[in-house]
Amino acid sequence: MALKEEPKAPMLDTSHELLAPGESYRSLEETIGNVVLQSASHKKSWYVIAFLGFVGVNILGLTVAYLLYMGIGIWGNNQPVGWAFDIINFVWWIGIGHAGTLISAILLLLRQPWRNAINRFAEAMTIFAVMCAGMFPLLHMGRPWIGMYSLFPYPNWMALWPQFRSPLMWDVFAVSTYFTVSALFWYVGLIPDFATLRDKASKGYVAKIFGILAMGWRGAARHWQRYETAYLILAGLSTPLVLSVHSIVSFDFASGIVPGWNVTLFPPYFVAGAIFAGFAMVMLLAIPVRRMYGLEGMITQRHIDWMSKIMLATGMIVCYGYFCEVFYAYYSGAPYELQLMESRLFGQYRWLYYFLWICNFVAIQPLWSPKIRANNTAVWWICVAVSIGMWLERFVIIPMSLHRDYLPSSSHTYQPTVWDFSMFFGTIGFFIFMMWLFIRFVPAINIFEMKDLLYKMRLMLRHEDKHANQPAGGGAHGE
Amino acid sequence: MSHEEPKSPQVYGVVAEFDDPDAILSAAKRTREEGYEKFEAYTPFPVHGLADAVDKEDHRLKWMIFFGGVAGACTGFGFQTWVSMVAYPHNVGGKPLFSWPAFIPVTFECMVLFAAGTAVLAMLGLNGLPRPHHPIFEAKNFKRCSQDRFFLCVEAEDPKFNSAEVSKFLKGLGALEVSEVVS
Repeated sequence: MALKEEPKAPMLDTSHELLAPGESYRSLEETIGNVVLQSASHKKSWYVIAFLGFVGVNILGLTVAYLLYMGIGIWGNNQPVGWAFDIINFVWWIGIGHAGTLISAILLLLRQPWRNAINRFAEAMTIFAVMCAGMFPLLHMGRPWIGMYSLFPYPNWMALWPQFRSPLMWDVFAVSTYFTVSALFWYVGLIPDFATLRDKASKGYVAKIFGILAMGWRGAARHWQRYETAYLILAGLSTPLVLSVHSIVSFDFASGIVPGWNVTLFPPYFVAGAIFAGFAMVMLLAIPVRRMYGLEGMITQRHIDWMSKIMLATGMIVCYGYFCEVFYAYYSGAPYELQLMESRLFGQYRWLYYFLWICNFVAIQPLWSPKIRANNTAVWWICVAVSIGMWLERFVIIPMSLHRDYLPSSSHTYQPTVWDFSMFFGTIGFFIFMMWLFIRFVPAINIFEMKDLLYKMRLMLRHEDKHANQPAGGGAHGE
Repeated sequence: MSHEEPKSPQVYGVVAEFDDPDAILSAAKRTREEGYEKFEAYTPFPVHGLADAVDKEDHRLKWMIFFGGVAGACTGFGFQTWVSMVAYPHNVGGKPLFSWPAFIPVTFECMVLFAAGTAVLAMLGLNGLPRPHHPIFEAKNFKRCSQDRFFLCVEAEDPKFNSAEVSKFLKGLGALEVSEVVS
């Protein structure tokens, strides 16, 4: 048994491990930039995974085409389970997006230097996850081009306007604002890196494309000052935005009168769940990618360790929510709540409920051990379990609450069809495909912020040296 | 500040190249002390204090974003009130037409959306971007400015500008290389 050699590291020491020793401004940008500029850096695995993603995109396309042709009758939705896979997947995907904004915005506001290696990646994840999420509520209208007037306020020939007192309406504004602001935040972060690639590119057309994207960025000091102001304020705006988005998603349920939904616990419980699922997805992608492209010097073991800790913390909040749900039901004594809880524990879907507990409660417990957090394979599999578990949580909340309500005569079971699954797996394929294109064509790690980090670390080291030398004077004897 | 392009090829300024962020920071401070007014530093990443050394920091952006947010909140709230009371007054479950607490979430989202849009557009606007051509791009080695080199350019518009003197001064600051930029 190795002793815990690491003493409680002070702030300075931990940040030193955020970059491997021996990195320079040049080496940082070579490592990151070459992933984009040199196609040779992409091994067979890139093509294999991109191809799998592309297959998923095609499955999604076929499903959507058939859905638009036939209508949503091809899904397993029925009365009273009007919301099923469509809303499960919507909430699941939106949640996955949240870790991205949290990493990039909250950690920026808290001046956490460890965010720099993972924020770009996480923001891209947010954007693609929100794209996947947005597809579901749009398509569950069946004929979205007709139903739009009920969602987006525009003058239409029926002179109808949306119902602004409905949480579903708030949802439209929250998700579309979230997508827009995330995309802006991402693009603004990319501008200086596009300029770097423009200047590094050896091929003319590559330089031209990056030149257009960089918009003539030249790194003037005054520009940087305004840039940093804008970026910081965007982060400050995104932070409450994330919390508002998932709180509003939870209002879709919490403001309803369905047993199991009408709970004030929902907003914080949903937000914690979103962060939980999001960090799982960040690691699910980051662990293989850092190995494939040799980015271990930037996404270090310490990042994985800290992300695991956040996942554990938010996971325990989510589990507290599960306990509360059971408690609420029995403490309320309301017959419909009790009926729902009994259906969860002993009904036909009980296996999914137990599996949810295994994935989200039992599976994350090993993360308490530093040894497990240092084991990437173990962490990766825990992330797989969490992703499945968070999907099951939404299944438990949505169809399982809906299939039993106040009238025994309206009870109905729910069975997903093959189209439900093909659409779900299609969006996973779309997500993977987009992420893989992103890794290929855009710097996956923020180049200029990594240089900034290196500069700050050097300043800190120099500062330390000064302090170390001062009391000792010339002869550094110490003990 | 001026966006007028010079009519004929002429000297845009004198550029010094450094390889260290601290060097450029002290060089910018020295240049200001020397009495130069029109100069700019170019760096691959933000160096704190540099904007202040070159010129006063620009605080207009914060206010623009603030008013963008206020405008967004007013637009969101006003629009919902108009829709619910004037354009499509609809009695739902006996709720008042002006049920303002229900309008808060959308008001908040509109505020964030407008403020974020303002932040990006105002940042680009005040910086004069997009601007694909700029004389500084002609500077020797300037491609490395987005990589690992730091540049300081004393512009010809400066009242004290004298090419030979500026070159001498910049060389004295420890620059790796000093050259003239012709635009």
